[in-house]
Amino acid sequence: MIRNDVAITPELVKEHGLKPDEYDRFVKLIGRTPTLTELGIVSAMWNEHCSYKSSRIHLRGLPTQAPWVIQGPGENAGVIDIGDGLACIFKMESHNHPSFIEPYQGAATGVGGILRDVFTMGARPIASLNFLRFGEPDHPKTPHLVSGVVAGIGGYGNSFGVPTVGGSVGFHPRYNGNILVNAMAVGLARTDEIFYAKATGIGNPIVYLGSKTGRDGIHGATMASAEFDESSEEKRPTVQVGDPFAEKLLLEACLELMKSGAVIAIQDMGAAGLTSSAVEMGAKGNLGIELDLDKVPCREEGMTAYEMMLSESQERMLMVLKPGMEEQAEAIFHKWGLDFAIIGKTTDTLRFVIKHEGEVKADLPIKELGDEAPLYDRPWVESPKQPVIEPSGVKAPMTEAEALLKLVGSPDQCSKRWVWEQYDHLILGNTVQTPGGDAAIVRVEAGPKGLALTTDVTPRYCEADPFEGGKQAVAEAWRNITAVGGLPLAITDNLNFASPERPESMGEFVGCLKGIGEACRILDFPVVSGNVSLYNETNGQGILPTPAIGGVGLLDDVTVNASVAFKRDEDAVILIGATQGWLGQSIYLRDVCGREEGAPPPVDLVHEKRNGDFVRQLIRSGQVDTVHDCSDGGLALALAEMAMAGDIGAMITAYPENLPLHAFLFGEDQGRYVIAVDMDTAADILYEAGAIGVPAVTIGVTGGSSLILPGEQAISVKELKAAHESWLPDYMAGKA
Amino acid sequence: MKSAVIVFPGSNREGDVVRALRLAGSDVQKVWHAETELPKGTDLVVLPGGFSYGDYLRCGAIAGRATVMDAVRTHAARGGLVLGICNGFQILCESGLLPGILMRNANLKFICHRQFLRVERNDTAFTKAYAQGQAIDVCVAHGEGNYTADEDTLRRLEGEGLVAFRYSDSHGHVTPDANRNGSMNSIAGIYSTQLNVLGMMPHPENLVEDLVGGTDGRGLFESLVSAKAA
Repeated sequence: MIRNDVAITPELVKEHGLKPDEYDRFVKLIGRTPTLTELGIVSAMWNEHCSYKSSRIHLRGLPTQAPWVIQGPGENAGVIDIGDGLACIFKMESHNHPSFIEPYQGAATGVGGILRDVFTMGARPIASLNFLRFGEPDHPKTPHLVSGVVAGIGGYGNSFGVPTVGGSVGFHPRYNGNILVNAMAVGLARTDEIFYAKATGIGNPIVYLGSKTGRDGIHGATMASAEFDESSEEKRPTVQVGDPFAEKLLLEACLELMKSGAVIAIQDMGAAGLTSSAVEMGAKGNLGIELDLDKVPCREEGMTAYEMMLSESQERMLMVLKPGMEEQAEAIFHKWGLDFAIIGKTTDTLRFVIKHEGEVKADLPIKELGDEAPLYDRPWVESPKQPVIEPSGVKAPMTEAEALLKLVGSPDQCSKRWVWEQYDHLILGNTVQTPGGDAAIVRVEAGPKGLALTTDVTPRYCEADPFEGGKQAVAEAWRNITAVGGLPLAITDNLNFASPERPESMGEFVGCLKGIGEACRILDFPVVSGNVSLYNETNGQGILPTPAIGGVGLLDDVTVNASVAFKRDEDAVILIGATQGWLGQSIYLRDVCGREEGAPPPVDLVHEKRNGDFVRQLIRSGQVDTVHDCSDGGLALALAEMAMAGDIGAMITAYPENLPLHAFLFGEDQGRYVIAVDMDTAADILYEAGAIGVPAVTIGVTGGSSLILPGEQAISVKELKAAHESWLPDYMAGKA
Repeated sequence: MKSAVIVFPGSNREGDVVRALRLAGSDVQKVWHAETELPKGTDLVVLPGGFSYGDYLRCGAIAGRATVMDAVRTHAARGGLVLGICNGFQILCESGLLPGILMRNANLKFICHRQFLRVERNDTAFTKAYAQGQAIDVCVAHGEGNYTADEDTLRRLEGEGLVAFRYSDSHGHVTPDANRNGSMNSIAGIYSTQLNVLGMMPHPENLVEDLVGGTDGRGLFESLVSAKAA
């Protein structure tokens, strides 16, 4: 066991992930050499994952406010007002590095962590979503990672008892060494029953709640703040181990406790466990915190102060208790079989003091631990612009029907049923739209409201043009919610990028954020919470810039919604929005022509809003019940998905003369939707669209058992479905 | 009809079944696992879905030995109605109220999907609202739903007509494809000898509203309510 007063060598500092100048900054701050425990504390507080030292400066530019935003970024999760005294509390967080090392537990504890962030604010979780990216299918590690991550997400969420209703899964070689596992949780609370982390009152008891502390996950947050190399396997002990049963008990006990009036402030113990939760609670409330680690419930013998402060054992919370309510509070926790221990108190010294076995092991200035964390304005270079690929510059290597069949059964576009059938998406009995559509819809309590939920981003667009890609990520989330009839209210962002120490990837980060901010502003879709995950690279090779957006929207009447499936024969199929045949960075160009190149489709945010508001109004007025937005694979893929979902074909006969057919069908022009509606209503809709300048044109009619593309290219819906549903189960069958 | 829904640490579908019972007109109370008695006048005891005790040891093993189960056993012995759904079915098997055991799904994975069931008999308190052989469209959500029993037990269950539901297709055909968890004889639910205890893996309580997928699950709860009204 290392002594608390061990000599702090440069090697020890380096092992703790601190740069020499960061260490010097710390020494200057406290005016002496730190103890080992203090070194551990600062290594956690000042790592990238906890301090956001490379990203803080740029995050400041994001729009975070709106009349319906109760709490923006800075708390455990974001809070929006959804009317009638109810609030929706949500956030997305990454667990990329742990999931690569230990996929089941990495993903499971990712889900556990984000659920806690939501219920620590008093919200019962009602839905879970995720965003996953894996390496190329042929990479030897991919099947194992897919299998483990999906099993872990399901294993935790299903047992805890929250429906996992939506997500995104994709594959690309740039994630070969760094997969992405982002978990999103959504909960409901009454607006006057929301709990925050800010400690108040001097001399108030600080209480430890939940599972015992062990040696798992020590330095987990520090591991997440660094790149991988060949020795990554050795990092296994840094992965936390989750127990969803304990978390379910913790949820029920916390909600009961909150109802009792005993909670002044509460924070979950996530990254850097006891350290970050205690420091944040005190600092937010301008109070000092004194902890006596002798009182911390441990499940290992002989744990040192250092280990206890850095342990990332799961399913634990820290709270400031209303004095006098100790017995009542303890009884609740004992009923649920969980540990309850008074481990410290708030003070007026603004010091963070850790005592153990009769000694002071750490004594640090509490506000400065956060406020004086390094703040970097890292050098960055703007990504080079890519050339616009003209539609005429792309030769079609096969017929459109052949191309569509190929894409429908490709790794990125195929049905992800193999994934979401491992998630309980029906528990709680409120899932109005299940996985597979544009957005999930969950009813709010007994209704009449509903929430529309989605996660999305197009990483190849972000790589080609971070600004446009950032805009597009938000626009697509907005469109997904609109397409089911929801009014988009706010987003949570999970920004996954490579090393900020390389100007190229820092430039991607800066560019994407600018795009995200622009889109949030124009679309009235503020950021209320989020997470930054940097250093997603291995041996210098970084991931595609991947700012995942988690969107939440509101349906005033959840029974009035739209879904992608064609529902009737003889419906007019109408394309809303303008098509130029944009093939640059399209799936068609990549997977059919073998070219990953070009500038991505530009996003005209004004047109997005105009077109989307029009579509939403059509849904809400009851005129339209069948809508799909156009994204990967363009119009053709949207049509195929509508046909497969409804088991009804369509005949597409109208197409522009001035565009190559493959550009019309597979171009990924933004701001577009496909709707299907009876002929009479179609005429009205075309008229209404014309009146406000929304491009709208009838391109065909539903019916039959085949999707017939122009040129009489017929593919049976049966054949489409077979290709669509078989790729992923076949891929996993040999290797799961 | 008065229903008591038992809540164990880790139960998570009690809200769903409370809703289904109330929709059918039952008066429902939740009962904590540490209670020694059921509420007075309880007609139906429900063991809901979930992961009681985290599925530690074996699914339902610990809950099957919980304090409240003595009262449940007495209630069943007296002819009282007991419904165990999913984890509830596992608990009934562990507590000795039903034979056999639920093993890990054949594909070793948790599965959640819509599932047709064939109603094997419609003359019990649970199924009077259905037709004999009717295919009902409900759902499953489980990792350990693979019903397994020794030969003698299976023979007895089949011989005495104690199989309540089987996994089927939409036409009521009991095909191998329709049996995704590998249960012996495609058994999705069984009765006790006196037909007053039913254990089933699927979730009828999640299919009681069109808004969230359909109403084929209602029949079970409506049967129970009218059985007690009679």
